[in-house]
Amino acid sequence: MKVHYGTALAAVALVAVHILMRLTQGFAESLEFENVLANYKFIPYAAMLELILILLSIHGFNGLRVILLELKQGRTYEKAVSYGCLAAMIGLIAYGSRTIIMTNMGMV
Amino acid sequence: MAQVSSIADEQTSTPLSSSKSITLKIARYNPEHDESSKFMEFSIPYEKWTTVLEAILEVKKHFDHSVAVRYSCRQATCGSCGMIINGKPRLACFTKISELNSDIVTVEPMNNFPIIRDLAVKFERLFDSHQKIKPYLIRDDSELEADAKEFLQSPQELEQYIQFANCIKCGLCNSACPTMATDSSFVGPQALAQAYRYVADSRDKGKDSRLKIIDDSHGIWRCHFAGSCSQVCPKGVDPAMGIQLLRGYLLGFRS
Repeated sequence: MKVHYGTALAAVALVAVHILMRLTQGFAESLEFENVLANYKFIPYAAMLELILILLSIHGFNGLRVILLELKQGRTYEKAVSYGCLAAMIGLIAYGSRTIIMTNMGMV
Repeated sequence: MAQVSSIADEQTSTPLSSSKSITLKIARYNPEHDESSKFMEFSIPYEKWTTVLEAILEVKKHFDHSVAVRYSCRQATCGSCGMIINGKPRLACFTKISELNSDIVTVEPMNNFPIIRDLAVKFERLFDSHQKIKPYLIRDDSELEADAKEFLQSPQELEQYIQFANCIKCGLCNSACPTMATDSSFVGPQALAQAYRYVADSRDKGKDSRLKIIDDSHGIWRCHFAGSCSQVCPKGVDPAMGIQLLRGYLLGFRS
């Protein structure tokens, strides 16, 4: 559960930085296609996005796992939920990382 | 359903002859025969000091001796007569009818406990959870081998856990707990409060083993801090606070 608390606190800090970055330029302007691509190509920012992706995926899927474990109990069910959430988390991180890497390398 | 307007003129251990009366609704359910619980109503006279347990015992004595209820000390010490009284978990012997401010008193078995019959519930899960957290002092040495015959504590050290030592294992906190209602493996506020009672005891050396037991997927982290356990405790124990303090140990804020 320390992982759950830790990822939550770290995500709050990094998402705050992420939102504050929108304010360094006009909000609408910051979301224009070229500017978004530029953000992804800036390595430190892309690394931060990757970190947010990992933190929120761990936190979110662990939270979902806990909710599902509380709804129903049983050895088989609990194993299925835990491994299912782990697989979904890895899948989401892999897909998100692919997007970040491809954009960073100019493949989009 | 049996509707009776007055009690018979029989001698009772606690004579109830007041002109005031309430309707006592008792949940009746036998898992072996019944599909669902039904309420039976009885009109019971009461005095200012009459407790809900005394009213139930009046029913057993004069109307229906088959009503199943567990009780013993009648003074909120044994923790046997926990039940839902007008929707709230309470001890029947510790709840006066006059303080309920209602003409109808409804008694049901405690939530989150399997029903044996009527108002009597099984305590196995509570006792198993209680036993699981090792509710005794763990030490490497023994007072029998040492010269000293007792492990001394300062008043400040005693203050750390003394309220949690008042637990009478009545199960009202577990009955009020919303997590207990959904998670059949949850260790429960009673056992967690007792885990804190021993972890916080300066004489105890079993902190690490106890924290390991409660740091489980159905352990301390399943508590959502609804706080209902602390609201219903008849002995003034605050299990919700004990759980938060235990979390402090697990997160490294306390040692």
